[in-house]
This record gives sequence, C-alpha cells and structure tokens, in this order.
Amino acid sequence: MNLEAEVLWLDEHREIDLRELIEMSGLREAEILELVNSGAIPAQGHAAAGYRFSARVVTVARTACRLRDDFELDTRGLCVALRLLERVRTLEEEIGRLRAELPR
Amino acid sequence: MKYTDYYAALGVARGASADEIRKAYRRLAQKYHPDVSKEPGAEAKFKEVAEAYQTLKDPEKRAAYDALGSRPQGEEFRPPPEWARQHAGAGAGASGFSFDEADFADLFSRFGGRQGRRGGAMPGEDFEVPVEISIEDAFRGTTLSLSLSLPENDAAGQVRRVPHTVKARVAPGAVDGQRLRLPGKGGKGMNGGRDGDLYLDITLKPHRLYRATGHDLFLDLPLSPWEAALGATVEIPTLSGPVSLKVPAGTSASKKLRLSGRGLPKPRGGAGDLIAVAQIVVPPELSESELALFRQLADASSFNPRRHFVAEGS
Repeated sequence: MNLEAEVLWLDEHREIDLRELIEMSGLREAEILELVNSGAIPAQGHAAAGYRFSARVVTVARTACRLRDDFELDTRGLCVALRLLERVRTLEEEIGRLRAELPR
Repeated sequence: MKYTDYYAALGVARGASADEIRKAYRRLAQKYHPDVSKEPGAEAKFKEVAEAYQTLKDPEKRAAYDALGSRPQGEEFRPPPEWARQHAGAGAGASGFSFDEADFADLFSRFGGRQGRRGGAMPGEDFEVPVEISIEDAFRGTTLSLSLSLPENDAAGQVRRVPHTVKARVAPGAVDGQRLRLPGKGGKGMNGGRDGDLYLDITLKPHRLYRATGHDLFLDLPLSPWEAALGATVEIPTLSGPVSLKVPAGTSASKKLRLSGRGLPKPRGGAGDLIAVAQIVVPPELSESELALFRQLADASSFNPRRHFVAEGS
C-alpha cells in the first residue's frame, strides 16, 4: 500500500482537548487534572471540560504514563519527576545551543 | 525463535521471590529507563529488563515461562505442542500452533486477561520510532518510508509479527526533537478497539557545515587576517544556494554575522536565521613576501590584544 499516512505535528500550533490528551497519553482524567493543578502539564482554560492543551504536551503526558507504569509512581511522584525532566530538557537545549555556537 | 533468559536479564536466581524480582527490576529500571538514563544502549537494555519483569511479575506468566525449562540465552527453539495446549489459550491445540512469526515475548503477551481472552474492545498498541533526517530534508521536506514489524493478533488470538511499510510526508520545518503523530498506524485494535498510533521522534543528522539549534543554523566562517581587518564580501553557502555576505572591517574571531531568514523554515511561515561565526585563519605557510609584509605590520602597529592582562595602576 503506497498511501501516505496522515501526519500530525505535535507542536505549539496545534491544540487538543482533554479527551484527546487522555486518548493519546494513556493517562486517566484524574491524573491529568492533578498534573495540571501541580503545574507539570500546562493547560489553557479554567474548568476541566474546557481545558485546551498545546499538542507539545502529548510528549510530556506520554512520558508521565511510561513513568507511572514502569516505576509504579503515584501522581505526586510523577509531578516531581516531570518537573526535573523538564529542567533537564531545558538545560540540554541550552547546552545544544551553546555547542552550536562553538566553532568546530 | 530465540530463547530469552528472563532471570539473567534481571540478575536474579530462578527461585527468586516476587519481592526479589520487583527490587531487581526497580534497580535496573532506574539505571536504564530511556526517559531518565543517558547510558549508552539504555533503551535496548531497559526493553530486555521490562520484558523480563512483565513476565516474571505475573504468577501465571511466570509458571508458563518456567514450564519452558532452562535453556542457554539466545538458543534457537520452538515451544513444544503440549506447552502451547496448556499455556497458549483456547483454540491453540485444535488449530495446530505455529510460532514462526512470533517473538519470544509474544508468547506471554496474551496472558493475564488483558488481551485475547476477554471479548471487550482492546485498543491497539502505540509505537514510538526514532527517525533521523538530514538538515537538507528538514529544509525541503521529505517523504519517509518506514519498515516496521508490528505484533498483530490473528483470528485465533495468536500473536504474529507482521511487516508494515508506512509512508509519511514530513513537511519542511522539522527541528531536532520534533514529534509527529501518525494516527492509526500503530498496532491493530482487537474486538472493535481503535488501532494504535505511531509516534515519530525526529532528530537531525550532523551536517558537515551547519549546526542546528531550533530553526537557527550556525556556520563557521573562516576569514583571512586581512579580510577580518579590512572587511570583505564573501560567498556563504545557504540551504537555498550561495549568498553574498558583507564582513565589516575589524571583525574579530567569534563575531556572529546573522543572515536573517536563511535558517530552517518554520511550519507556519517564516524561517530561522543562519548565523556565521567568524574565525581568523592564518595561512599555514607564509611566502617570503607575506612574511615580509607581516613583519612590516608588526613593526608599524602599536596594537596590543593583551592590554587587559595588565591591571590598571600596576
């Protein structure tokens, strides 16, 4: 079959709702809401039903799901792990930029 | 199929208790989990460890695994028919069991009531695939052709590995770390469950000239000492072809010269910048006349690039 697959970019230009995030991440609604309340997953909107997420969040939420399953973490543990991973990601991005500026 | 020694993967004895197995898994997961580990080969190692734990933590799966007996790691083998009848579920004995297209792990994936035995809808598994593309492909866009071998359950509920080719158009503008989702291209759903998704994790291959960071590209710009001192117009290779760049007089090493919009395109319009980083390169060998001119310059110039080494007032 030579048909090209539909390709969706998981970036800041695409928004998804809570139902889509549940489906894509494998997390339960209550877990996502707790991660939103703790600030580990950024959301727009006020009530859970109206929450909108940048599609970038899918990667974070899928990581959370893996960590939950593989380390048997509860949501509080996930919040800490996600915050630390986000710090690592930011620092690695900064190192990548500084390395790119250095001559070979 | 090849036999996998799950006890060896976790580093425990065959008679290990459930608690010892859990502790061994946790220790190894912390060391090799791909989301937290930077060890070389961590992902493959974690896959082995997780596969072993998934089977050994479940009493039913562990009993089925133990019933295969102890064999050398990697030994080619086929589960005996009586094992299939006893452990591989309804329908297996009657239809005759073939494991030709199954992985060792697939033998145990149907246990525990999660798949196959219950009639409820089961969504297909999602898969994440790392994909490396060139900076040129990120600039122009590219069509990927991915060859995957995904587990599928046949009508009898038996797991088989089925080869798939997935074609996916990546529009211009992908950057390092870009994630793409291909809905429905993962594992097949069962009993009316939706098909899983395929997630592509894009990385950019190292390039001989450019270093990418986000949509910006960095390029080393070697300049001769006289070009740096006097200024020059030089040709710069960009992804859309050569362009002229005016190097101002008095350009020092490490000075960044920005070519706006000459980096990688952004998916919704616009583009990053190409940043040329000046490097002063001295000819490795000087001719007689070059040597004479440099000596003349050294005599005539009062410039001291190390003036700041000396503290004021000392």
